[in-house]
Amino acid sequence: MSARALRVSRTDDVVMAMEDISQGDKVDVVDKDGSVVAHIKAIANIPRFHKIALQNIKAGSPVRKYGEIIGIATANIHVGGYVHVHNIESAWTRRNS
Amino acid sequence: MRGYLRPDGRVGIRNRVLVLPTVGCANHVAARIADAVPGCVTLPNSKGCGQVGTGIQIMRRCLVNLTQNPNVAATLLVGLGCETTRPYELLESIKQLSGKPVEILTIQECGGSVNAIACGTEIARGLVVRAAHAERPALDLSQIVLGTNCGGSDATSGLAANPVIGVVSDAVVKSGGAVMLGETTELIGTEDILAARAGTDSVARDILGIVHGLEAEFDGAHVDVRGANPSPGNMKGGLSTLEEKALGGIVKGGTSPITEVVGYGEIPSQKGLVIMDTPGYDIESISGMIAGGAQAILFSTGRGTPIGNQLVPIIKVTGNDEVASSMGDNIDFDASPAIVGEHTISGLGSALLDLLEQVCDGASTKAETLGFNDFSIYHNQELWCTCGQR
Repeated sequence: MSARALRVSRTDDVVMAMEDISQGDKVDVVDKDGSVVAHIKAIANIPRFHKIALQNIKAGSPVRKYGEIIGIATANIHVGGYVHVHNIESAWTRRNS
Repeated sequence: MRGYLRPDGRVGIRNRVLVLPTVGCANHVAARIADAVPGCVTLPNSKGCGQVGTGIQIMRRCLVNLTQNPNVAATLLVGLGCETTRPYELLESIKQLSGKPVEILTIQECGGSVNAIACGTEIARGLVVRAAHAERPALDLSQIVLGTNCGGSDATSGLAANPVIGVVSDAVVKSGGAVMLGETTELIGTEDILAARAGTDSVARDILGIVHGLEAEFDGAHVDVRGANPSPGNMKGGLSTLEEKALGGIVKGGTSPITEVVGYGEIPSQKGLVIMDTPGYDIESISGMIAGGAQAILFSTGRGTPIGNQLVPIIKVTGNDEVASSMGDNIDFDASPAIVGEHTISGLGSALLDLLEQVCDGASTKAETLGFNDFSIYHNQELWCTCGQR
């Protein structure tokens, strides 16, 4: 059985692991209605409620969740990769510190 | 759904006579009057005297506007007599707003609290009798002003409870009603995102104005409200940035354009998604929304919060399955199935909308049944003593 990840909004680049996901796992991406909208393969271990890249994200590009920009990629991120503080940073904090 | 028609055309979902103390010194007398007459509710006054500047303006605005909440059928103002709020001036301001019945007494004029309770009980009884004859028109969501608030948030709030509330917020706005989003401290980090969702440039400026203004006040007081945000615990829960954390809160307002920004306790002039400038402390935040005319409030909690109010039903929603069962006497709606994947956010949103409609039609919330009546009008910092800090 595939693991599942939630896409909160249609334009999001990252989705949320609904369970602990291991490297190599197949992941069904579902939307708020429960429909499967994509299949990806995890290329890292991703803890429950943490984020997985739904597509490749280039360093310096905005990262979207809730349909809004939650930060900027600080490294190239590949589809199925783990997205967290090691590879994104807050645009707000950068601007205001 | 059926509501209670008010003289200004608005429709309440409860039909209460409000026994409103205009100062803390009148709280006990007001409570005794309200206890004596079923159908009455009192909202304790957190101050009402010894206030200056904007503090007294906010207090007076909230007291006047509270009487116009559609859940209020009529008001009895209970004053002491010498307070800064000036009860007889409040009475005149209230009379100019609508034809809703309003009466007044002061403890000093009645000649003590025993006489005031006796006199107030008789007035309140008369108001309740009149309120019983309120017309009961059909009610739809276009007549609803829905407040939203978070309290005792945890990781599940942004994942389940708030997105589910967001579905309901969108439904209310789509039907022509209004939704209030508050808690300005928790908007910090999303101000540009929210400004981009503003319906007009002037609303965008207002959004940036309240957030930047609050930040300037914190800076002036040398308080670092941002701290290390998100916290290590937030990060362990999967939150990477301040924007992501704050978005998990504002998602409860749904996805509609923002139509207006109102001050604390002000009555919005617009329908749609409205931002009210409220503090982060939950009871003060919901009290501002009640003064601004919210007839019902959806309240998300991750750690479990019991608060409630007898004038305005507060529906508590959690995304935390453990809290849903351990605090079952306080939690009205369990959104945790969205996290385990048993139900979708959309499906749970529909179920929560059904519950909201039942509550609007008279069903009691858990907190109403238990008798919770939390209320406190925010007063910004006033300097009266050093509290030994000098």
